[in-house]
Amino acid sequence: MSEPTPRSGTRPTPPDGGPEAAEPTGTRRINSGPGRALVAVYILFAIAASCRAAVQIITKFDEAPVAYLLSALAAAIYIVATVGLARGDAVGRRTALVCCSVEFAGVLAVGALSLVDPALFPDDTVWSDFGGGYGYVPLVLPVLGLLWLRHTRPGRT
Amino acid sequence: MNEFLVALTIVLSLVLAVWSLVTTIRNRPPDRSHLAGLAVVELAVLALAVTALVSWAGGAQPAEAGTFAGYLLTLVCLPPLAGVLGRMEPTRWGSVIVTVVCLVIPVVVLRLQQTWQVPGV
Repeated sequence: MSEPTPRSGTRPTPPDGGPEAAEPTGTRRINSGPGRALVAVYILFAIAASCRAAVQIITKFDEAPVAYLLSALAAAIYIVATVGLARGDAVGRRTALVCCSVEFAGVLAVGALSLVDPALFPDDTVWSDFGGGYGYVPLVLPVLGLLWLRHTRPGRT
Repeated sequence: MNEFLVALTIVLSLVLAVWSLVTTIRNRPPDRSHLAGLAVVELAVLALAVTALVSWAGGAQPAEAGTFAGYLLTLVCLPPLAGVLGRMEPTRWGSVIVTVVCLVIPVVVLRLQQTWQVPGV
């Protein structure tokens, strides 16, 4: 997983150039502005996925071990992605990039598998049915994350 | 679950969501009105939680006790989370955070209600 190549001469601009925009122009941090809103949504999903996985594993692990372990994996990825986005440094950026990619691959793979072979997942996970149980946010979130990381890639350093 | 408090929490949260959306469109950070709104929503949520816990202690059993407890714990943490994150981000994106959380609260309340009631009863 390598860093995107820097674009030369393009100055990252804030999405809102209004006079009220308090953020300094020129430097773009992944954990402020829209990034902070993204972190907020990631926190919500980290909580939701962790609680769901915890309840499933504690109360009825034997019913669908694969689905529940997948829930736990998804929860872990959401937590790591949240931390990565919130840190905002080079390590955090790389972490978030890996997590968003894995999430996107995961939601696509599990979504497709849950349609093709429902018996594989007797109980729902966050990623079943392409995240339909969560308003398809799990499908959209990693895309937003990747777009945001792309938008804020270091272009002048 | 107290139907009135459920409805009240949902309505208050949605009103604050609309107000925060207006603030977002006006390109403003969340201000005191949003913090006050979140405090009101938190009071409604706490009232909901207390009445639910009282009736639980009084013998009423949630249909899915573990999930119910998880949702309840998450729910009381959501307004403070929105307040803290919204204040950390004094731009329009702080208002986005308040909007998003205020849209999530009704969903959690509805899920909370589902886990309390036995399905089909």
